[in-house]
Amino acid sequence: MSGAETGAELRLVTPGEAIGASTGVRAGTGTLSQGENIIATRLGWVKELNGTVSVDPINAAYMPRSGDLVIGVVESVRNNLWFADVNGPFNGLLPMSLAPWKVEFGAARIHMDVGDVMLARVQEVDEAHNVVLTMKGVGLRRLKEGMMSEISMNHISRLRGDGDSTLRALKEASDCRIIVGENGRVWVDGDAAGVSFMRQVLDLVRNGGHRATFDASLEAIMNDAPGGVA
Amino acid sequence: MGGYGDIQLLNEDGSRLDGRAIDEMREVEVEAGVLPAADGSAWVKHGLNVAVCAVYGPMEAHPRKIQRQDRAVIDVRYNMAPFSTSDRIRPGYNRRSREISKVTAEALESVVLVERYPRSKIRVEIEILAAEAGTRCVGITAAAVALADAGIPMRDLIVGVASGKVEDIVVLDLDKAEDNYGQADLPMGILPTTGEIAFLQMDGDLSVEEFNTCLEYNMKAAKEIHVLMVDALKRRYEEKNGGEA
Repeated sequence: MSGAETGAELRLVTPGEAIGASTGVRAGTGTLSQGENIIATRLGWVKELNGTVSVDPINAAYMPRSGDLVIGVVESVRNNLWFADVNGPFNGLLPMSLAPWKVEFGAARIHMDVGDVMLARVQEVDEAHNVVLTMKGVGLRRLKEGMMSEISMNHISRLRGDGDSTLRALKEASDCRIIVGENGRVWVDGDAAGVSFMRQVLDLVRNGGHRATFDASLEAIMNDAPGGVA
Repeated sequence: MGGYGDIQLLNEDGSRLDGRAIDEMREVEVEAGVLPAADGSAWVKHGLNVAVCAVYGPMEAHPRKIQRQDRAVIDVRYNMAPFSTSDRIRPGYNRRSREISKVTAEALESVVLVERYPRSKIRVEIEILAAEAGTRCVGITAAAVALADAGIPMRDLIVGVASGKVEDIVVLDLDKAEDNYGQADLPMGILPTTGEIAFLQMDGDLSVEEFNTCLEYNMKAAKEIHVLMVDALKRRYEEKNGGEA
């Protein structure tokens, strides 16, 4: 619910509901221009920014876009490529040439096997939704330790906060390394106390990310954080 | 006329056997998000009909032969529970459920923006827990709410409603006796904001005038049910939002 931080009045719309006249505004994501009106195509909150009206969906499947930082789980390995589950409708494909290692044909499994977790970036998505991943880039690697968890797509902005402020505070409070993937997966690594604190935070995001009281509840948890108040 | 001898489906005063007026709908209740495991779900009670619908996806379409390169396919499975009627229904697919699954999928395909998800599949499971005539309409209504709950983009919330003819009089929303012994049945899938029709079947004969009356009744009922559907969806998320939004 990223509309919350604007402080403006939130308007919940359902598919087919007219949001307003289509003159002078552009129809953004989650909307359609139908006749003289802009209608919502998803259940969500109306957002208007720079003359574009869009709907922030409440529930949405992850649709990969090129450039997204994602946390993937290897689903199958071929001689020269990996298929990774990136929490979307289709598996991402990581070819040998875009892996950070020098891989010999047939030896892909030595570097990453089924069930291993990786931090990757979406290199390319074509119109048929084929997803190509890359692990060439700063910080992109196989995640060997730590904890991986999933949150709903629309709660990502809640966990990150304005300009990543919440995320920074959480990193400081938990003394953990935290990566939030664009695909709703979160990776946390640190000492036991920090990880258990983050577990609590992620539970709160999952169950209360929608609520207006989220910030207050988060603050209450942060006061008990191992690293003290951020 | 009617073909069932002396079965009386209307009272002396013109009201129906269950006391409804001829243009009165059975009571409808809608609830969104009832199944925690599903991406989207809904529960609809329409008279004595009860339907639960779960939506999963979009996901990769399997088997691959059903994949479409330019759009998603909607895989609907309509099923009546064995205990949903007084005569036990043999569990599993049958001719009727296959037909209803097919027509429901076609109706939903015309409202869901399927071109947004090429090669994908959206799985819609409709389970009828209690049946009292008009289950395909209840299934469509439940599917629409569940799809919206799952965040699938759609042009409108499609509503399933039916009208029919008993004793030469057009009535809205047939109950079991009227459906079994009446003269005609006209279920429709209506897009209430534009008034478009995405699904229409007709069982029995109707004159043009009677058809138009049915259409008028269905449109009116669709708008009423639509209000309940929107309310169910908003209620679910406004509660989650601490009553704000």
